[in-house]
Amino acid sequence: MAILELKRVCKDYYQGKDAVHVLKNIDLTVEKGEYLAIMGPSGSGKTTLMNIIGCLDLPTSGQYLLDQRDLRDISDDALADIRNQYIGFVFQNFYLLPKMSALDNVALPLLYAGVPLKERRDRAAEALRSVQLEDRMDFMPNQLSGGQSQRVAIARAIVAHPALLLADEPTGALDTRSGQQIMEIFQQLSGLGMTIIMITHEPAIAACAGKVYHILDGELITEGGKSHEA
Amino acid sequence: MKENIRLAFQGIWGHKLRSLLTMLGIIIGIAAIITIVSTIKGTNEQIKKNLIGAGNNVVTIQLNRDGTPYEMGYQPLPEGVRLITEQTRTDIEQIAGAQQASLFTKRTSTDQAYYQNTAFTGSVYGIDRNYLNVYGYQIQSGRGFTEKDYTEYRKVALIDDKTAGALFGGVDPLGKCIELQGDVYIVVGVIALSKDFTPTINSMQDYTLYADRSAGSLFLPSAVWPTAFLFDEPQSVAIKVTSTDVMASAGKAAAELLTQRQIVGTESAYDYRSQDMLEQAEQLQRMSQSTNTQLVWIASISLLVGGIGVMNIMLVSVTERTSEIGLKKAIGAKKRRIRLQFLTEAAVLTSLGGVAGVISGVGLAELISNMMDIPVAISIPAILIAVVFSMLIGIIFGLLPAAKAANLNPIEALRRE
Repeated sequence: MAILELKRVCKDYYQGKDAVHVLKNIDLTVEKGEYLAIMGPSGSGKTTLMNIIGCLDLPTSGQYLLDQRDLRDISDDALADIRNQYIGFVFQNFYLLPKMSALDNVALPLLYAGVPLKERRDRAAEALRSVQLEDRMDFMPNQLSGGQSQRVAIARAIVAHPALLLADEPTGALDTRSGQQIMEIFQQLSGLGMTIIMITHEPAIAACAGKVYHILDGELITEGGKSHEA
Repeated sequence: MKENIRLAFQGIWGHKLRSLLTMLGIIIGIAAIITIVSTIKGTNEQIKKNLIGAGNNVVTIQLNRDGTPYEMGYQPLPEGVRLITEQTRTDIEQIAGAQQASLFTKRTSTDQAYYQNTAFTGSVYGIDRNYLNVYGYQIQSGRGFTEKDYTEYRKVALIDDKTAGALFGGVDPLGKCIELQGDVYIVVGVIALSKDFTPTINSMQDYTLYADRSAGSLFLPSAVWPTAFLFDEPQSVAIKVTSTDVMASAGKAAAELLTQRQIVGTESAYDYRSQDMLEQAEQLQRMSQSTNTQLVWIASISLLVGGIGVMNIMLVSVTERTSEIGLKKAIGAKKRRIRLQFLTEAAVLTSLGGVAGVISGVGLAELISNMMDIPVAISIPAILIAVVFSMLIGIIFGLLPAAKAANLNPIEALRRE
């Protein structure tokens, strides 16, 4: 079953009067449980694509179905709800709130979902355990290493059990060893049936995914990934 | 909400110096207002104290002729004026705010009164059983009037402490005889007004207002008044009311009731009017208040400036925290939540400023009162209003920064690092 479908999605930006076609007729179907990587050089439109998939932005034309729901003419607040329920974000720069403990950072999406305090804390602790950080719960972000910070961010992304984990250069700010740890966690999550879309420009990282797409000048090109080689 | 308040405190604590400077405008404005209001209130209470005494809640009603108080002569009640009955007195006690009413007759002009060869120059009162209580007189020595003094028309007298000094000079007045209108009255007690009821006399004007009181008084049971002065004479009414706030209204109501009941005919030159010291006091208070109200307006400008400062810093804070806002929006925070977070922060900031302003304002008022001998009275409602108002300033001047934060585009916000 397709968790998300993009049909002839275009995105234009305007610079003065000139339209820049950032995305051109993107067709993409992602099945539930798939693990895919999108590669492309900078300026290729991969971040714009991720913003649309992540419901941070809406396409100029074309159709986006997320979990069979057509996202068109939808209000900002409704989009916020959809992001909260369906999507877990992992960013290159972690984006942990500096004045909150690791546990509170992880619990934040549950606050927006209206989950009561006790349950928020329990579920956040559970998510931290799943990334092997149960001993760092009360640490502040500035007490954590880069790899640990990104694991906290992953815990925050999965705490609300989203349908889709969206990672934008998740290892971009990390050393190789920490990056590998992150990839192992993604592998585990994939094994548990989580749908993962990862944007990267590192072929070695993309190789971890089951399927790799390339994006170039706003057009998507499918290419065999690891699963195809197998 | 609790979370927002906690975050707000955290943010303020995280930028101690900046927060303090931001609050300064609010602190100064609120402090100035609290100081001014405290001084106004203190001055007003001083004026009231000077004129009528702090605990004095007595309003008197007198018979007037053509608008001026009726002077007593040696003659019966004027035509068309009835004697006030006990029934009417109890009816007056039913007026809203009235506690107790007393009927009395009074002569301010000197009468033929002597102790041995010393002439008495004060006022003579014929008083009923309630009078001492209504005016708050306390018995210093001897006794007050008893029921038998009234029923048996006993020729007894009470004198106040001033008369005791003037007439008897060191001698114990109890049991001594006073000669009045050719009759002999035995002094049975010395009475004095309690301190609360004594006006503070600061000026010549105050003195003339209280000349008769300071000259001393002589009291007879009202029952013997007609014997002493040959006629029933028009009574005045003294009403003790529950608080100074109702003095004017209770006095007016009682005067209307008396005019309606006691005066025969509608075209009469006579009517009853309440003599309201409080009204005079209030007039003086209004004068001091109007100048001070202008000061409050000027101080409010400082609050406006303070509010703009808060807005400025909140805008900076929104810019600084762009990525935080972007992240919160990305993981599902709605506009309302972001808006509330920044509004709470602004409101907490200015409320803290308000509290600090109240504390320094109260301190300043006390300091001024010590240095310049101006009385101050701290007004609790003014303090509450000041704190609530400073919170409102935060909300009003926080609206724009909060809207800016809430409307940030998460993509833009996350891109900017």
